[in-house]
Amino acid sequence: MLGRSDARDGVPIPLCAEDAVANSSQAMEPSEEVLKDLHLRMVRIRHFEEEAGKLMEQGKSPGALHLYIGEEAVASGVMVHLSDQDQITSTHRGHGHLVAKGGEFKKMYAELYGRETGYNKGRGGSMHISNVDAGMLGANGIVAAGPPIAVGAAFSNKYLARMEGRDSMNVAVPFFGDGATNEGAFHEAANMAAIWKLPVVFVCENNGYGEFTPQAEHQAISDVADRAAGYGMPGVICDGMDAIAVWEAAGEAIERARSGGGPTLVECKTYRFVDHVGLRGIGLHYRTDEELEEWRARDPIPQHEQRMVEMGVMTAEEIQAVHDAVMADITESIEFAENSPLPDPANLLNDVYTPTAAS
Amino acid sequence: MTAAEAPAGRQLVYTLAITEGVRQALQEEPLAFMAGEDVAGAGSVFGIYRGLLDEFGPDRVIDTPISESGIIGLAVGAGATGLKPIVDIMFMDFIGECMDEIVNQLAKMRYMFGGKATLPVTVLTMSGAGMNLAAQHSQSLEAWLCHTPGLKVVMPATAYDVKGAIITAAREPNPVFVVMCKGLMALPGEVPEEPYTLPIGKANVLREGDNLTVVAHGRMIHEATKAADILEGEGISVEVIDPLWLQPLDTDTIINSVSKTHNALVVHEAVRFGGVGAEIAAQIAELAFDYLDAPVGRVAAPFSPVPFSPVLEQTYVPNAEHIAAEARRILGTG
Repeated sequence: MLGRSDARDGVPIPLCAEDAVANSSQAMEPSEEVLKDLHLRMVRIRHFEEEAGKLMEQGKSPGALHLYIGEEAVASGVMVHLSDQDQITSTHRGHGHLVAKGGEFKKMYAELYGRETGYNKGRGGSMHISNVDAGMLGANGIVAAGPPIAVGAAFSNKYLARMEGRDSMNVAVPFFGDGATNEGAFHEAANMAAIWKLPVVFVCENNGYGEFTPQAEHQAISDVADRAAGYGMPGVICDGMDAIAVWEAAGEAIERARSGGGPTLVECKTYRFVDHVGLRGIGLHYRTDEELEEWRARDPIPQHEQRMVEMGVMTAEEIQAVHDAVMADITESIEFAENSPLPDPANLLNDVYTPTAAS
Repeated sequence: MTAAEAPAGRQLVYTLAITEGVRQALQEEPLAFMAGEDVAGAGSVFGIYRGLLDEFGPDRVIDTPISESGIIGLAVGAGATGLKPIVDIMFMDFIGECMDEIVNQLAKMRYMFGGKATLPVTVLTMSGAGMNLAAQHSQSLEAWLCHTPGLKVVMPATAYDVKGAIITAAREPNPVFVVMCKGLMALPGEVPEEPYTLPIGKANVLREGDNLTVVAHGRMIHEATKAADILEGEGISVEVIDPLWLQPLDTDTIINSVSKTHNALVVHEAVRFGGVGAEIAAQIAELAFDYLDAPVGRVAAPFSPVPFSPVLEQTYVPNAEHIAAEARRILGTG
């Protein structure tokens, strides 16, 4: 049900972040299949990004790349729960989200190279990379632009489920950073999702910095999840460096959204290991070496691999084989991108509008 | 078909033509919904959506929070995922609250994604001065929208055109802004009962003439027609063109007319500097220079916010006298 007449019905009781964490730590045990899936998604992101960063800094791919290295557990932990019918919106740091949502390396590198074979036919590049067919509604160059769009997608999901007589809804997940929660668009979206109980899970990747400004200087709270209470939705905090923790927190929130329980704000405490732009960055010293090392010691990938070995899920050799296979795919995909045709300048104006007989 | 050619019959005022356009758009398309501030329970502050909530229910006619950015975001996300949103931004002045969603998301998503997204979004909004609502509830900001690739912009100024524009927009697979004129809400006109569309990008020639082409849009079409009447009494024959669609603009109709009359005057209610009229004047200069007997003239609002006090507002908004005076100056008869 949507609209004014029932906007007051069933508003969930706000949870404080601590309660929500306690509630979410109920026994959800990932299967071996899930553990391997989380691992593969993280490894694919890490290697994709490292190679993409090199290509940019070697001048092979044009423009600027904002890399997801360090934050892999977040996209992977969420995306394991989503199908192609579920939508996400992403950020300017968006490659990781598309990789985790099943993005093909060939089409991704081709897009970074500005080639006709890219996901966006070379019209979007890194900051707008998308795959609408798989529910990836775009990286976005505007901070906090994603949440309102995700609310629209969730509105569709609820509308279509009602039309088709389904109880279970597709879910929309906007990813955004701590800095984005200072934008008005975020607040408007969160409020609308809450009053209409839309199937949205707001995933905040709190990496501690809004571009170069530390969180303590850009907002007066340390837990973005605290904002959830202001919208009457649950707020949850999880360790964004731990794929299983993200998987658990996101899983519960996604299930609640799917079954009509409304939105949740999931805050993942994470860190980007490289600079705002590129691998080397632009030489600003806004983070200490100590801080960087402290977070690097919590690298989500070795942490997850060690746990899988200890649990007997995968051997070191099997893990290495995953890395090797991913690297082989990357090598082949970069070659594909480099050999792909550039867009024809004669087609510059294609796709500004959807063609119609009437126009 | 223009209003003049419509079969004689039922008269509706502008506001009720809006209601009927939205009603028929919702009736013919189950994937269409309407959302906006006070559009449902209140039927809008202008009364233009009265009765739609009762007919279509709260799942399809939806009151939103006062969140213009959220409203356009809703339309972008819902439009890109299969629905046909019709959203209302109450006063056009409020698009400042949602320009990112309009300019960076709605307009560009299809292009940025390499043609792999479709945004069948209709935005209805009310523009213009004349009701003493002062600087933040009276503007004509259509030039902001026309400057943005990816948007279509129509500015209907008759009851017939406003209903047709809404249905046309609702059936379009592209984002269309239907910029309505609050100063015309009580204006009656012939409106067929059945749904109908307008040809996108096609101007209306409201009156044929030989000495001067006046290109006017929005509420100014009525002032231009009055000015043509005045000038006719002075032996000056004026052709009045309403582009109706400002994006895409019907350049051919304008150029053909100027080629015939050899004189051009562009009129709008928006601020003169950088207005749509500047684009039209530039196109005439580029494409019909050799036909012109005099430089292209412009009548538009001065470079000032819309004032409140009635005496100031009346001075600010162009009228038939202003248009006639500028016509005489261009033609050297004044």
